[in-house]
Parts: sequence; structure tokens; C-alpha cells
Amino acid sequence: MTTPSVLHFRDVGIGDVPTVGGKGASLGELLRAGIRVPPGFAVTTAAFRQTVEHLTVHGEPIPVRVAALDPTDADGLAAATAEVRAVLESAPPPEEVARAVTAAYAELCEECGDPTLPVAVRSSATSEDSAEASFAGLQDTYLWVRGAESVLEHVRRCWASLYSVESVTYRLRRGVPETDLGMAVVVQRMVDARSSGVMFTRSPLSGDKSVVAIDASWGLGSAVVSGDVTPDSFVVSKVTGEMKRTVAAKTRWHRPDPSGYGVVETDVPAELQDQPSISDDEIAELVATARRVEAHYRCPQDIEWAVDDAGEVFLLQSRPETVWADKDRAAKAAPAARPFDHVFNLLGGKRPSEG
Amino acid sequence: MPERSFPLPSQIEAVPGAEGWEAMYPYFSRFQPEDDQRFWFYNSMHFPEVMPAFDAITSEIPYTAIGANTARLFSFPTTLGIEYRIINGRVYITANPVLDEAEQGKRFAHFQERAGHYYGNWDRIYGEWQQRIEALIADIEAVEVPELGDLDPLEVVTGGRGIASNHYVRENFHRCIDLYSKMWHHHTELLMLGYGAYVVFFEFCKQAFPEMGDQMVARMVAGMDVTMYRPDDELKKLARLAVELDLADLFVEGTEPAKVLSALGERGDAGARWLAALEAAKDPWFNVSVGDGFYHHHLSWADDLTVPFAALPRYVEQIAAGEDLTRPTERLAEERDRIAAEYRALLDTEDEKGAFDQMLGLCRLVFPYIESHKFYCEHWFTTRFFQKIRAFGALLAERGVLLEADDVFHLRHVEVEDALADVMLAWASGGTELGARHWQPIVAERKRILETLSGWSPPPALGAVPEALNDPAVKMLWGITQETIETWLGGEDDDGSTVRGYAASPGVVEGIARVLLNVNDIGQIREGEVLVCPVTAPSWGPVFGKIAAAVSDIGGTMSHAAIVAREYGMPAVVGTGVATTRIKTGDRVRVDGDRGVVTVVG
Repeated sequence: MTTPSVLHFRDVGIGDVPTVGGKGASLGELLRAGIRVPPGFAVTTAAFRQTVEHLTVHGEPIPVRVAALDPTDADGLAAATAEVRAVLESAPPPEEVARAVTAAYAELCEECGDPTLPVAVRSSATSEDSAEASFAGLQDTYLWVRGAESVLEHVRRCWASLYSVESVTYRLRRGVPETDLGMAVVVQRMVDARSSGVMFTRSPLSGDKSVVAIDASWGLGSAVVSGDVTPDSFVVSKVTGEMKRTVAAKTRWHRPDPSGYGVVETDVPAELQDQPSISDDEIAELVATARRVEAHYRCPQDIEWAVDDAGEVFLLQSRPETVWADKDRAAKAAPAARPFDHVFNLLGGKRPSEG
Repeated sequence: MPERSFPLPSQIEAVPGAEGWEAMYPYFSRFQPEDDQRFWFYNSMHFPEVMPAFDAITSEIPYTAIGANTARLFSFPTTLGIEYRIINGRVYITANPVLDEAEQGKRFAHFQERAGHYYGNWDRIYGEWQQRIEALIADIEAVEVPELGDLDPLEVVTGGRGIASNHYVRENFHRCIDLYSKMWHHHTELLMLGYGAYVVFFEFCKQAFPEMGDQMVARMVAGMDVTMYRPDDELKKLARLAVELDLADLFVEGTEPAKVLSALGERGDAGARWLAALEAAKDPWFNVSVGDGFYHHHLSWADDLTVPFAALPRYVEQIAAGEDLTRPTERLAEERDRIAAEYRALLDTEDEKGAFDQMLGLCRLVFPYIESHKFYCEHWFTTRFFQKIRAFGALLAERGVLLEADDVFHLRHVEVEDALADVMLAWASGGTELGARHWQPIVAERKRILETLSGWSPPPALGAVPEALNDPAVKMLWGITQETIETWLGGEDDDGSTVRGYAASPGVVEGIARVLLNVNDIGQIREGEVLVCPVTAPSWGPVFGKIAAAVSDIGGTMSHAAIVAREYGMPAVVGTGVATTRIKTGDRVRVDGDRGVVTVVG
């Protein structure tokens, strides 16, 4: 059975990482858990493989061509990868792939009632290897993309990022076979974000699992992720709902370009800068949503979210929090023979048995 | 980099006009040259005001008792007792650590045996403790100030006592001092063990949940039937009775207690019934000091009805409007258990949950003592103690040694014995007391010195910056940690409009500040104001209902006041060190009880 070139979020779940990547699988899983995510689809790893095997550089399919490169020849590698990227970005993909993406986009446009529906096009990695991900540009995100042609173009741009000099060198040096390479791309209705940001279901600073930590700012979340703005910070207790609130002066924001295509970074209007970017009700809804997602996955989550002009909260992706996971395995307190032995342990001072 | 230091004790400049203040305090409370090398902090939690000469006994005796318990009875491994010094009328303290590891090991063996005995038999020992402390209260209530008539009563002769009444002047006065000392031994008997249990649970929670507010630990531990709530509950009952008896119109904010009482006297049977109920409630429940029992002039509700009568109008109004003021103990207990269960559920392993259960269980075991001892010791007993000393003062005034009874509090307790000996002799010899000429100028001078010293701003700490601060007593009782010290050291960095302390009760609110340096003025506070004070006292609970927020110079988040603030759902920031000097009455302030920050906004 062959995997189709395109899969809708509603048709995938967490087990589909090999075909739709981490982002795609997570969005499908969130939908299954009843969480609101913007509708969309994933261009599968099958579509990627079909494309790179279909396209040729100097008569050779891309994987064959790349596998033959010498990682020690910096100049040669730079020239060769540039050629590969140029082909991927400019040569037409296989007819079947192009048709599937175009049809899926048209269907999404119809579903949302906008013939040139703005979408986000984002790479969706299949690998857990974060070093590889950073080399390969697997964090690529293109916002406010409109029209089938443009969608296809950005999908190909995501694919091409796998053939950066750094990424190819990394694979060659590590002996990762080109035939194992896979990348999916998610295409998702653009949320006209009034505010957005990220949240963790534990404190990113201390690892505390009793809080949800929200970073929020005006406009698109890319301003928060890129560090172009110091966001508002809300740390909310899961147990009592009590909140530590730090409202920052948010000077810059990412907004859709007035043309309707792409994103621009500009100054936040003065009257908004010092205002909290989300309301208490929205914070409460974000916290509730975050806790549902965490309960669904049974582990702490790192979540991107947006709130539109109508105050509707959407999740854009969710993935396991990894930084503190290792530290959780450190030695923990254990019951003592008698409860008051804990007092002796703490107040006992240094004892000969401890050296 | 210059070495960091607080002002050195030897460098503190004399306050002009207050020369000779040293004579008000014992020689062993004075800073010594070598004290410059040690770290001292101002104990403004217990001693927020200048110490009158007699009141200095409230530092001498408690430190005699607490150190005896930690150092000599229970053998705490890493700490001996607390040393205190007085400078310019302010009490500075430092903990004496045990640094030698071999010594710690030796002490640890005894600590396990001795503390283990108390923890292992806690409920029985606490039950006996309550009986002992109530017996002490009965003893202090029974102390008599002998009457020195022309002739001793005939029964002294016929009863074969053989000892004239003047003898009992000193004996009975001394008995007050002895009973006060015994009270403090009992007070501190369970104190450090109780706080030891708290420290353990607190440290565990801070490690497992670093973002947890300090107050959450107290919220998980808190018991419901707490003695310190009783005085407030009694007030609410009186308010309900006033409504039932149709007396509500007499309780108007700002009316003096005396006027309310005389108006009640004119309301026939209903008024009489209410006054009878008031008398019944007073003993023992009005024996709560408006302070914390460390100053003679912090009168109790029983001595001065201002505080309870400041709270009554609001209660009456609420009850008349149909509100139920009963503490919702069931809901509070459910909430406490829910919070504890949810934190427990967030722990990773069964082992951790087991440890959590043990530590929380131990805290709840010691909690009744931790919360209730203040009523018995600092309030009920101490109210009686000061009343008795005042009665001896009345004797001295009657005999012409002092101008008025309260002047006795300007004599050191050993000086009072001197003055009483003067009376005993004069009564016996038929001569005249010589004390008027001796003591009255001294009293006048000391009153003037106290007035002058009250304008001095004591630095929060003196001497060397400690390398590490890990004394459990200092941390739990005073809320002083390494961060506090950093804050004190970096105090000059901001523009003066921001004051930082401990987030004691959550919420953010803006309001007009009322700075109360003298706790007796608590009755002045008005609806919606932000209370700014050196220290919040448990007996202020009733007025918490009408203020918007509370800010204090010192105090920990485990303090009773913090617990009450949380129960009233009112933001509180405690332990700021400087709020009463930085904030002025009338300032508009923003109190952020979530983060422990107070900002003057206008």
C-alpha cells in the first residue's frame, strides 16, 4: 500500500510521525483529543521521496547525486547542494504530487470560505535528532501564504532546506543514508492572530510541574519564537489558579503584510505596548487547554498557540517538553522509617557516616 | 571589589539627645567590640518599636528560654541559641551555629533521642503542655499585690503566719517574673520542634515545586479549629446578638467604645443582655494583645476596647444585611485537602508521595501547638503579666515613688525590685520612701530618651555579611534567607518607589496607604485602605475585613497574620524591611501579593 501525497489532520494521529512528521502527527492527535486546531493537511514524506527521486541533477536522481558527494570538499559541496536546491525549488514536482497538494488546498479554501485562503506552511520533521533538525532548517515556517501556486512553492522551499551545506555535510559525516531521508510539510489555515505565543505545562525555568507558564505577545507567534519581543509572562498554578503576572513593554510585532501576502515586523501601537496581550479569560482557557493536552499525552508539553480577533483560542502545535525530562530522573525523596526521621535528616548537620 | 558589609555596630552614631540610653538595659545586652565581626539583624518582627526599660524583659527572658531548649534540652545539632544586643533601644539578634562537625555528630545522637521522644509522643505531650500553661495562667492570675495598711490584718497574727505583708511585695513581684520565665520555657519547649517539621515539609515542597508560593505550604497544613480565631468568632457572635436584640443602630464606625457602652446602658434589658454577653466573651477571649505581647503598651482588647469596637460596626452591618460570617470551616478544610491532594498527584513517584504524606502528616501533628500557643503565651498569659506589673506600679504610685502606675515600665525589672524594697522599708520603719526623688527624674528622662530614639531608623542588619544563612529558626521565624540579605545589601538601587517583600497572600490591589507605627492606632484604619505597619498582629484579624491589603516591615509567610489575610482573600506583602519608612499615609500604593511587591503610584 502506498502512502498518499497528502493526508488531512483529521486522518492522522501520533503514530503517523513517519509519514506526516512530528507537527502533522501532533495536530492530528490534538484534533482527536478534541482540541481546537486550525484545519489543514500534511504533505507526506512519500510526496517528498517521490519528488526527490523524480527530479534529477546532471541526470542523476537527487538522493544518488547527494550520496556521492565528498564531505571534505567544501567548495564542491557548496556548488552541488546549491544545484540540488535550485532544482527542487524551480523544477516542477511530479504531476501527482502537485495535483494532490493543489486539490487539498482548494478543499481547505472551500471549507473555510476563502478562495485564496491564507495558510501557514511549516516543515514537519520525522527525526527526533534536534541537531539534525537545526541543520536541516526543519524549523522552517512560512506564514500568510496564499494561492495554490504559492503553497506549492513554499512546500518545495521547505524540502530544499534539507539540502543546505550544513545539513548534507552532517548526514554524510554521520553516514545517514539519503534513502532514509524524510520530511513532511504541514499546510494550515492561518489564524489571524490578535495575540499568540508559547506555553509549557511545567515551568521552563524551574521544571515545576504544578504550573502552566505562558508567554504571550501581540500579533503572530513568530515574534515570540524569534525573540523579537519580550513577551508578557503568566505563570499559573494548576492547583489554585493563582498567577504570577509580568506584563512587558511589547514594542514589536509580526503582522500579515498589508498586501495580504507574507509577514512584516513593525512597531506595536504605543497604546497597546503596555497592555496585557491576553485577557484573564483567555489565560484561563489556555491553561485548561494545556492541561487537557498534557493529560492526553501523559507528559509535560511545549505548546504554540494563537488567539484570533474573536477571542478564539487555537493550538498550532504541541510536543513533549524535553529539557527537564532528564532532570526528573534525579534522586528523589523517599519515605523514612518514622515521619520525624525527615527532621533528623534535614537538621542533623554533617555526620561521620557521610564522610 | 570592596568587601560587602552592613554598618558595623561600633560605627552606629549616637542619636543626639538620647545619650545615656544604655542605662535602660542590662549590661549583657550591649554590643561589644568583637561583635563587629558577626552578623546581626534587627528583630523588628517581635520588637518593632523602641524598648521601654521594663519591656526589655521580653527579649531577655525569651532568649534565655529558647536557647535553653535548642542548645541544652534538645541538643539541636547545628544551632545553639540566639544572642541579642540592644542599640538605640532596638533589639538585634544572631544565631549561634555549631560549625564543628564532630560536635554536630555528638549533638545529633542526643537530638535523636530527645527530639524523638517528643515527636513520638507529641499528642500526649501537647495535651500535658496545655494543662501546664493553663496552670501557669491560673498562677499569674492569683498573684496578689499586698495591701500595706496601717496595721496588717488581725488574721496575719492569729493565723500564725509570722510574716508581715511587706515581705510579699517583693516575693509576689518576683513570682510574676518567675512565672513569666516559666511561660517562656514552655513556649519554646515545642516551638523549634514544631518549626522543624515545617522546615522539612517546606524544603521538600520548594524542591518539588519551585514555583509554589510560600503560603501554599501553610495552606496545606492549616487546621480549622484554631484558638487564635476564637476572639474574632466571639466578636461576630456579639455582632449577631446586637442585630437580634435590635441594637444595631448603636454600632457606627468611628464611635468611641465608651459612648457605645453608655448608650447600651440606656437600652434597658436588651442593652443589659448584650453587655453581659460582652463580659462573658472577654474572659479569656479578649486577652489578645493588639501587638504580639512584647510591649506593655500594646494593650489587650480587654484593656482597651478600641480594636474590637472598630470591627463591630462592619460585622453588625454585614449580619443585618443577611450575610453569614461564620468561618466556612468545612469548605476551608475541603479546599486544604484538595490542594494537598493535587500537589501530591503531581509528584513523580510513589516514594515521593510516601515522603510527602509523612512530612505533611508531621506538620499537621504539630500544627495545633504552632497556631494555638500564641494565644496562651503571648496573649492570655502576657496580658495578665503586664496587668500584674501595672498593679505593682499602682502600688509604687500610691506610695509616692512613681507619679503614675505605668511609670513602672520605665524601670528595669531589677530596678523595680529596688523601688519595692524602698516601699517595704518605709512601711516597716514608718519613714518615707526615698524613691520619688530618685526614680521620678529617671522616669522622665527615659521617657524623653524613648521619644528621641523612636525617630531613629534602625538598619535591617549590622556587621559582617554571613557566608551562608541556614539556621532553621532564623528562616522559619523571621523569614530571613540569603535573598533577604541580598535585598538589604542592594537596598539603594531603586528610586524608592518600590518595596519588596514576601508574597504572603495573593492578589493585586490599589489603595490609599495608612501607615500605623503605633499598633494602638489600629482603630483608625478605614474601609478600603491599605494597612502599612511594622508587623501585623494576629489580633488585627477583625479589621482585615475592611482593609484592601496589608503590608508589613517584617514577618514570614507562615505567620498567623498571613494565614488570616489569605482567609480574608486580601493581598498581603510581609517582610519588606522598609515599608513604613518608604510609604507615607495618603500615598496611593499598588500591592502585588502574587509577587511580593509594593509600588507607590502617586
